[in-house]
Amino acid sequence: MSVTLERPTPKAKPRRKRAAAATLTVIDCDIHPGLHSTKELFPFLTKRWQQHLINYAVHFRTPYTSTTPYPRSAPLLARRDAWPPSGRVPGADLDFMRVQHLDELNVEYGVLQVLDSLVFSLQNLDFSAAMAGALNDWQAEVWSRPEPRLKASVLVPQEDAPAAVKEIERRAPDKRFVQVNLSPRVAEPIGRKRYWPIYAAVQAAGLPIGIHVGGYGGHAPTASGYPSYYNEEHHSNAHSMASSMTSLVIEGVLERFPKLRFLFIEGGFGWVPSAAWRMDKHIARFRDEVPHLRRMPSEYVKQHFWFTTQPIEEPERTGDMRTLIDWIGWDRLLFSSDYPHWDFDDPRTAFKLPLSEAERRAVLHDNAARFYGLGGA
Amino acid sequence: MTRHVVASTSEIPPGGNKVVQIGGREIVVWHISGEYFALLNRCPHEGAPLAKAVCVAVLHAPEPGRFVRTRVGEMLRCPWHGWEFDVRTGQSYFDPVHCKVRSYPVKVAPGGELAQGPYVAETFPVTVEESYVLVEA
Repeated sequence: MSVTLERPTPKAKPRRKRAAAATLTVIDCDIHPGLHSTKELFPFLTKRWQQHLINYAVHFRTPYTSTTPYPRSAPLLARRDAWPPSGRVPGADLDFMRVQHLDELNVEYGVLQVLDSLVFSLQNLDFSAAMAGALNDWQAEVWSRPEPRLKASVLVPQEDAPAAVKEIERRAPDKRFVQVNLSPRVAEPIGRKRYWPIYAAVQAAGLPIGIHVGGYGGHAPTASGYPSYYNEEHHSNAHSMASSMTSLVIEGVLERFPKLRFLFIEGGFGWVPSAAWRMDKHIARFRDEVPHLRRMPSEYVKQHFWFTTQPIEEPERTGDMRTLIDWIGWDRLLFSSDYPHWDFDDPRTAFKLPLSEAERRAVLHDNAARFYGLGGA
Repeated sequence: MTRHVVASTSEIPPGGNKVVQIGGREIVVWHISGEYFALLNRCPHEGAPLAKAVCVAVLHAPEPGRFVRTRVGEMLRCPWHGWEFDVRTGQSYFDPVHCKVRSYPVKVAPGGELAQGPYVAETFPVTVEESYVLVEA
């Protein structure tokens, strides 16, 4: 056995590109930009709300006031390799995001999903409106302007429909905004009529709606109360999406606003067929309770809903994924990474199911291009 | 298989690691309580860099409410999805037979032993006073 001396490599070199990476162009539907400090919003807040932020800070509709109710698995929810060398928090350093994520994964477009300050869940509705406006300016000026690959989402004070409508009308002409964001966990099920002015405004604006998991609407995360573990709470993300879909379908939102398109972000999709089957079954039995529905629920599901991939379903038989996606539709699934969060999916490695070139292209790029009207689609 | 001198033993602090390139592979060398371990710097799940892993103990509960911690610091918890791997073998906690990280034999040798060979590279000065970590890969 010979002994060779290796040249020391104190700094990790860029990791090798996997074979497929060079040829893939990705549209990532879930990138979380980070606020290093809420003070960074001051340029976009009036003095009145700056002072409010200093004096009272951010408070959600949740019994937990000084912490998030669940431990979130990793500091600031983040991948442990996503802390920028600049010392800013994960997601808060655009240059580092470019190197680690946008360039590394060949991201053509990334859609921003802002969870900082969670405007949907703020107790004070006027503050919610002010923060939504500030975070929209912040996305446009701090992210989309210097980095046109990053597209913004219109945040709205979801519990104050008239104020939400104003914010949607104000942003709709700005092409940096590609969707309206809503939370699935609000004061009432999201199909209820108190939210319909929002849907009317979104339909008029011609934008899709992106519903990202999370939020504190004043209710426990599960239908049976507050669970003990993050494990359970994380699982309940899927339940909140299923309830949201059911509410939107059964309340008749899609009959009243037939042009709406919904993207469910980070809620998985394994539950979609069974939710649709169950709704269909119930319609067959008590259709006359909801005569405003003129079609079977599964038809609304197939026409109005799209789903992001992350956290990717990992059935023990990978072939089951194909059956699942065949039902949902290969044109309905949009890639998302959740960067820089700990449950990030890498487009090169997340799919354990062998995909054809056409399937890969559809899921990683074309479906999102069409959904958001990006890249000439 | 060739032995590669990748670091002096004092270069990697306890609980720390060093990432090296050997034959086009990125290998992470961990120092855990006086011992050194080498693994491919890539989680078999989605490819996360294991150099950013957290060193944790094996934590298990023989029954609800009772907890036992063993082998403190010898499990690597992946920086992304938290999968745990045995730093000694590369085996995953949840599926040790089918899911593992490639691991490489490691040897520590005194500088005197190495300096006698014909392979001392100028970029890696070897002194008789130090000892060195060798990875077989």
